[in-house]
Amino acid sequence: MRTVRHPGESRDLAPPCGSLRRGHRTPREVPAFAGMTVLVCILAMALAVAMTAPVAAQDSLPPAPYAYRQLDDPALEAKALALMETLRCLKCQSQSIADSDAPMAGDMRHQVRSRIAEGEDPEHIRAWLVERYGDYVSYKPTVSATTWPLFAVPAVLLLLAFLILRRRLRGAK
Amino acid sequence: MIRMRVFLWVLVGLAAGVFGLFAYQLSQPKHEFVESAMIGQPIPAFDLPPAVADRPGLASGDLADGQPKLLNVFASWCVPCAAEAPNLARLEAGGANIVAVAIRDRPDDVARFLEAYGNPFSRIGKDDISAVQLSIGSSGVPETFVIDGKGVIRYQHIGDIRDGDVAVLLDKLKEAGA
Repeated sequence: MRTVRHPGESRDLAPPCGSLRRGHRTPREVPAFAGMTVLVCILAMALAVAMTAPVAAQDSLPPAPYAYRQLDDPALEAKALALMETLRCLKCQSQSIADSDAPMAGDMRHQVRSRIAEGEDPEHIRAWLVERYGDYVSYKPTVSATTWPLFAVPAVLLLLAFLILRRRLRGAK
Repeated sequence: MIRMRVFLWVLVGLAAGVFGLFAYQLSQPKHEFVESAMIGQPIPAFDLPPAVADRPGLASGDLADGQPKLLNVFASWCVPCAAEAPNLARLEAGGANIVAVAIRDRPDDVARFLEAYGNPFSRIGKDDISAVQLSIGSSGVPETFVIDGKGVIRYQHIGDIRDGDVAVLLDKLKEAGA
């Protein structure tokens, strides 16, 4: 690892992706450096991809007051966090608003924290959001007219398995 | 024995059905938009300060003055918002009264944006923490809502307004009583 980077070589990180062999190295050094170059290239490409994604829509305004600031009261903050972990970020739909750095998730965290600080019940805040965005905004499973089979099917299957097992065990005797 | 075979075929059928369902759902295009559940609901109370010097701010009361309006949720940092500007101008020319909420934006940036792409808005409220956006169930910019004269949300258009959407929005506005 002693030839990680020669002076003046850091600048051409992009071109060497295709050319692993360079003139001034001893043959012994080539394999280690080749591996390193490939690694650097992969990292550079990953970085390039990561950096192009968020450019599309970002505002320059500072985040809402309680987007990244915890509530002073640890008990209230714990309450807020428990709720935020079960609310879907509308921008990054596979993340909760507690996980997401999207500005809108920050604004939603601000809503949650400031409402909880005012003494609002977490489930009331969830209901407020569900009223606006539908069940989709909440990660907390609820039994409703459309979701009850999800809860009923496992119970029915367990019962069925129990009945079949009982019959077979009896038959074996 | 025959009963056993029938039972096995039923299992195979069930499995095939489940995989068929997977295949069907996986082949459907992903629905990326979260629609507002506030259609048919009165717009929640709010009062936003002006986002630029030459237009008044926006309050929920302004949306219940008897005249149906379009409510455009936009931002100067949003690229599709610039793309839909010509169609907003077309809507304004078609007789729509368009009011707007600028999301997480600086007055200078909004002014520059409107100078570059035109200003079809009669009022622009400044929403720095997306509070109004969240209260009406909007999940991004740009979005355009049709609000009737009583302040009830009648229709939501998600994303930039394309050429074909202009007539639809004017129709929805007419349905709302314009």
